Amino acid sequence: MNIYVLVKRTFDTEEKIVVSGGKIQEDGAEFIINPYDEYAIEEAIQKRDALGGKVTVVTIGGEDAEKQLRTALAMGADEAVLINTEDDLDELDQYSSAYILAEYLKDKEVDLILAGNVAIDGGSGQVGPRLADLLGINYVTTITSLEIDGTNVKIVRDIEGDSEVLETTLPLLVTAQQGLNEPRYPSLPGIMKAKKKPLEELELDDLDIDEDDVEVKVETVEIYLPPQKAAGRVLDGELQAQVKELVNLLHTEAKVI
Amino acid sequence: MSKKVLVLGEVREGSLRNVSFEAIAAAKQIADGGEIVGVLIGDAVAGVANELVAYGADRVVTVEHPHLKSYTSDGYSQAFMAVVGEESPEAIVFGHTALGKDLSPKIASKLQSGLVSDVTEIEGAGDSALFIRPIYSGKAFEKVKVKDGIVFVTIRPNNIAPLTKDESRSGGVSSLAVDITNLRTIIKEVVRKSAEGVDLSEAKVVVAGGRGVKSEEGFEPLKELANVLGGAVGASRGACDAEYCDYSLQIGQTGKVVTPDLYIAAGISGAIQHLAGMSNSKVIVAINKDPEANIFKVADYGIVGDLFEVVPMLIEEFKALKANA
Repeated sequence: MNIYVLVKRTFDTEEKIVVSGGKIQEDGAEFIINPYDEYAIEEAIQKRDALGGKVTVVTIGGEDAEKQLRTALAMGADEAVLINTEDDLDELDQYSSAYILAEYLKDKEVDLILAGNVAIDGGSGQVGPRLADLLGINYVTTITSLEIDGTNVKIVRDIEGDSEVLETTLPLLVTAQQGLNEPRYPSLPGIMKAKKKPLEELELDDLDIDEDDVEVKVETVEIYLPPQKAAGRVLDGELQAQVKELVNLLHTEAKVI
Repeated sequence: MSKKVLVLGEVREGSLRNVSFEAIAAAKQIADGGEIVGVLIGDAVAGVANELVAYGADRVVTVEHPHLKSYTSDGYSQAFMAVVGEESPEAIVFGHTALGKDLSPKIASKLQSGLVSDVTEIEGAGDSALFIRPIYSGKAFEKVKVKDGIVFVTIRPNNIAPLTKDESRSGGVSSLAVDITNLRTIIKEVVRKSAEGVDLSEAKVVVAGGRGVKSEEGFEPLKELANVLGGAVGASRGACDAEYCDYSLQIGQTGKVVTPDLYIAAGISGAIQHLAGMSNSKVIVAINKDPEANIFKVADYGIVGDLFEVVPMLIEEFKALKANA
């Protein structure tokens, strides 16, 4: 099994977002592997351990993303690839990200590609399915169970709370939903080993990509924080009276009931 | 410049989903006077075509085929791309639903277009339209402009108001014959787990429980309250991790992001990750024993008290209100 995992470096979920000069401030923020990508990495490792093969984690980003790739290697991935666009591109969108990944993967012998179903920063969930389309392979999103038998694949996926059971075949791209597995923490020996595992760095030139090929289709023109909510009302008095008042307020003041 | 817009109508269990009417309203703004063409895909969907017209579509194209009974990205993309080939639209709107999220990137890839996902608001119209969408699960928002190619957006349910239904509107309904072949995915079954058919992301009312619910049984009063209000039940990560409920109910930065009219948080402390998933709800009610709980900072109304006392009282009061209405 030749398995690839798409990972993204994202803000830690604990972080408050600060906007200044029209940009999200990154100084001092903690970064993590996108949580949904952790499920993808874990599943890739389990499938390799059961079926043999190799797990390669791939990311697009800058030099900083090396830390998240090392973490994935420490979890148990075999190799890592950083497609460094820092010097070449000011902006990326889902179109350009998928294009770059497809150029990297198009002549690889791919059996299975895993990714998170969405990144918790941009939240578009597009790159996986776009990539599968560019590679001409099938994809299944938001999966919660994956069974592979030869080239036959049985999947359970989450569709808005219901479960869909389906069958398909390799080669395949899947995106992970919460509940797929319990991602492991890197062990100390794992962290030691990860330092020696191969981490390849590529630039657009190495993939024969011209900057014009990856010009973005959509552009962010403004970033802002949601308006601060005015302080709410904590009711007081006897509990039963509070409940009556609340229902009354929801009915007559807020008009939502 | 006005634009011709395709809107995918989503049919579930024989009925159009509300988000499809919201998508028509979004399309109206993008069209800026241009034509709005509803698209229906399935094995027998023509019956709801007139409803799309009543909500603002100028006409409807249906693609019906036995292989389109269940959604697959292969089948639906073949059908939708055939309509695109016939109609040459300048814009496309889908709902940001499980189906819309799965299908839209594939269509965008085939069209080599951008795709603005999960739009909650549209500013301006036609060529100058700007699309507002949450990032970092609602901790911030971005305004996005389409630079090049087809304007393709998915809209988040419950955020863009549908146009007023007008049964007297009329529009043509035509069918397009498409050969649907080579489906690489076979759907075996769908196991319904969501309660009483109210989908969390589309619910007008969400009643969510946290660690304070204490057990799987503890969710029962919340379910009853949701039922009385015609809403859906959600949960914090804490409640899911403690196995009081299924992960499919989780609301937060990991999990679902919801924006109902009314969000009732019971026994939820209000971790920043949870707030990201619900703080843009229109009205938030917090019920918590701890007066210092973070959830009160985003709540419009708060009751400091034991949810197992408060929720049953709420159920009775809402029942009384409904009975008198």
